[in-house]
Amino acid sequence: MTLNSKIPEGSVSQKWTNHKFGIKLVNPANKRKYDVIVVGTGLAGGAAAATMAELGYNVKAFSYHESPRRAHSIAAQGGINAAKNYPNDGDSIYRLFYDTVKGGDYRARESNVYRLAEVSNHIIDQCVAQGVPFAREYGGLLDNRSFGGAQVSRTFYARGQTGQQLLLGVYSSLVRQMNTGKVEFFPRHDMLDVVKVDGKARGIITRNLVTGEITSHSAHAVILATGGYGNVFYLSTNAMASNVTASWRAHKQGAYFANPCFTQIHPTCIPVSSDQQSKLTLMSESLRNDGRVWVPKKQGDDRNPKDISEDERDYYLERLYPSFGNLVPRDVASRRAKEMCDKGHGVGPTKLAVYLDFEDVMQRNGKDWVSEKYGNLFDMYKQITGENPYETPMKIYPAVHYTMGGLWVDYNLMSTVPGLHILGEANFSDHGANRLGASALMQGLADGYFIIPYTIGDYLARGGLQDINSSHEAFKTAEKNIQTNLEKMMAIKGTKTVDDIHKELGKIMWEYVGMARNKEGLNKALDLIPQLREEFWSNVSIPGGLNEFNPELEKASRLADFLELGELMARDALNREESCGGHFREEYQTSENEAKRNDNDFAYVAAWEFKGANNKPELHKEDLIFDEVGLTTRSYK
Amino acid sequence: MKITVQAWRQSSPTSAGEFVSYPVDNVSEDMSFFEMMDKLNNNLIRQGKDPISFDHDCREGICGTCGIMINGRAHGPLKGVTSCQLHMRSFKDGETLVVEPWRANSFPVIRDLVVDRSSFDRVMESGGYVSVNTGGVPDANATPILKNDVDLAFDAAACIGCGACVATCKNSSAMLFVGAKVTQYALLPQGQVERKNRVSNMVAQMDIEGFGNCTNTSACEVECPKEISVENIARLNREFLKASF
Ligand SMILES: Cc1cc2nc3c(=O)[nH]c(=O)nc-3n(C[C@H](O)[C@H](O)[C@H](O)COP(=O)(O)OP(=O)(O)OC[C@H]3O[C@@H](n4cnc5c(N)ncnc54)[C@H](O)[C@@H]3O)c2cc1C
Ligand code: SF4
Ligand code: FES
Repeated sequence: MTLNSKIPEGSVSQKWTNHKFGIKLVNPANKRKYDVIVVGTGLAGGAAAATMAELGYNVKAFSYHESPRRAHSIAAQGGINAAKNYPNDGDSIYRLFYDTVKGGDYRARESNVYRLAEVSNHIIDQCVAQGVPFAREYGGLLDNRSFGGAQVSRTFYARGQTGQQLLLGVYSSLVRQMNTGKVEFFPRHDMLDVVKVDGKARGIITRNLVTGEITSHSAHAVILATGGYGNVFYLSTNAMASNVTASWRAHKQGAYFANPCFTQIHPTCIPVSSDQQSKLTLMSESLRNDGRVWVPKKQGDDRNPKDISEDERDYYLERLYPSFGNLVPRDVASRRAKEMCDKGHGVGPTKLAVYLDFEDVMQRNGKDWVSEKYGNLFDMYKQITGENPYETPMKIYPAVHYTMGGLWVDYNLMSTVPGLHILGEANFSDHGANRLGASALMQGLADGYFIIPYTIGDYLARGGLQDINSSHEAFKTAEKNIQTNLEKMMAIKGTKTVDDIHKELGKIMWEYVGMARNKEGLNKALDLIPQLREEFWSNVSIPGGLNEFNPELEKASRLADFLELGELMARDALNREESCGGHFREEYQTSENEAKRNDNDFAYVAAWEFKGANNKPELHKEDLIFDEVGLTTRSYK
Repeated sequence: MKITVQAWRQSSPTSAGEFVSYPVDNVSEDMSFFEMMDKLNNNLIRQGKDPISFDHDCREGICGTCGIMINGRAHGPLKGVTSCQLHMRSFKDGETLVVEPWRANSFPVIRDLVVDRSSFDRVMESGGYVSVNTGGVPDANATPILKNDVDLAFDAAACIGCGACVATCKNSSAMLFVGAKVTQYALLPQGQVERKNRVSNMVAQMDIEGFGNCTNTSACEVECPKEISVENIARLNREFLKASF
């Protein structure tokens, strides 16, 4: 199958307008004849479910969470971008578009990114109308701040809890539709398969996490907005339950997986302190505005940082990047921190940390100023580490944070399975090989509020959908397969816990498919992951029963999919013989250790087709064409 | 450190529960309380026993999924801290920790420490929103709002919906939770049109769900991990009275 991205004709700024005019509409009276399934009620899925219900569709929404007020989206701290240009500093839709394509290291689709920038302003209007309490200035108007990768202030924020406030806004529109009965919400339901009839996505199979019941649900179209897969690394800044199952099962039903190796490693996280660690905590990027990153010049120097004098310190980001200094983009800052630690300059008990020091700014502006600006982050750091960052520098280290890769979608956000649409972090999206700060919230809400409600109409209006329900044979077969698979897992009764095996997978991924990759290591990962997968299927131990609330079974079922995804990530990273954004291949770097892109051979989206459990996946390429933004080398020197 | 966890075990909503004690060795003080629980659970699985179920997700104090009574206090001993953000350095070597689920009729136990808080969602469904559809709304800066009002609205909007207030209250009242939502909208211009209906409907639903009434002991404010103030309850009462006339 060849990939057809369905990019509309016309100039980049006219494409979305033309497309909206050209697509087929479902008339208002007919909308209530269509059922749509939305899996996931984070920012992307919740916004889609509410908006489609407002339009008149019958929506069934599913989440493994207990309520749509919970989702990984709630943890976002920093903010959401929009091209409002309220500060009058020269921002525009075009500039937001340009920054995002460049920030993504030229591996995103121009037409989608432009549309994202175009609808960004409506998102802010919508949120304010819902009562989202964004930060304001004394004059009563909205405040903005700046974020990495941009030279304008375009980030709207709600203290350090932007994700929470946006998700509660989405939740409010969703409960309103639940109240009218247009949305039926299924809490604590895990989607375990997509069901196709005549090659089209017509429903899903779920497991009720409280009772264990396996059920079929049918609809005219299916939407997945199930988030990212960073937890394949075991340790990440993602919420504990975030997983790849929905995407992976869809992949096995024919949805291509695009750029799976594009992972964002965030530079400022609290370092790992023990092998009991269960997750990593982000310290907002905004800290790099005022903190200075350094390591001791002497290798293995374990003196108290206070006793290390100025000339014995290496402020390596300021040294290497005099113009951007501590504010280089995430991928660059992360890689350099790793390099320093690899060379023996790391600090702290594990030697896998660098200092983020606020002494200068405290002397310059005073402790109160710092506490006003960063107080909550300093408190959180203290709560977790037991150290006081007002007195001693923070220790930070990069951690897995976001996945740019995901299921391939065309301009209508439809995957390679007709009728199956993918939104939010789950699609391969608009961020290319590196996502800029404050752009994921924007993309999730753009997809959910302003794109899918239009484009799904085009699919439905084209008709050709059989009249079926969930007693169709295809559902029965799928239910049976799921049941057999779960029984098989429960029957293993081995000696390792799910966490034991997940930790081992995490170590392999971090070591060989992490911040810096090379051919040898990736081949090693391709050896080790299938072995570990075999160990899982012969030696995992899952307590309890199938027909009850069983969190270990949930985790095991998710781990089984991570064990397959990990291999595809390694394969994709091996295939991409260049360095771009968050993907750094050691063989492809400049003499100054910067990423070296290869636009001649790799300016494409790598979309992988599943070919059966024991067969190699097939690579399909979508060539990326840059009509607007000239390809240049990013430089932050 | 050595810790003893005395945990509430209940295998299903209808079965009887009991406390069972478990020793946990080699606990480091840098571990979070939940990492200690993970360790205990992995030990239990290796011994062929059932692990203790508890709800959690972000482990950063923001999603509101976690919520455990530890030694009789909602979310444990620290002020302004959720269960997931507690660290073992807050406890002493050799200490026994009694862990229980939220106890309230409106939050039935699902298993062990996990409860069903869907009553909160139904209260929200009854009026916890501004009725605007997507699209066709005014420009975000069309209506200036006093910074002070937004800041107060934000303080209320910071509620994470964890239910600690209900679990702590001797009447199992949800008035801190409901008061916070009513306050957020009452202070913002966007919330004005539906102001009266909202509070009447939410209070009515709160009663249907079986939550009790506030008798001003303020225990909720003390245990709320987001330090939501009882002033929100006072505002809820005022709003409710105004809506009744
Ligand atoms: C600590 C942190 C801070 C961040 N800060 C920012 C920021 O400041 N700005 C920014 O723009 N971005 C930020 N991000 C990124 C951003 O938060 C996420 O990319 C975004 O919220 C993802 O939204 P989503 O709707 O796609 O998915 P999620 O919010 O992950 O929602 C997924 C939904 O799918 C459901 N689900 C998943 N699988 C299944 C299944 N099999 N069955 C049933 N339901 C399922 C879940 O229950 C959930 O409802 C941050 C991320 C982290 C980790
Ligand atoms: S008011 Fe406080 S204790 Fe009650 S649900 Fe909200 S955050 Fe939890
Ligand atoms: S797990 Fe999210 S608040 Fe505790």
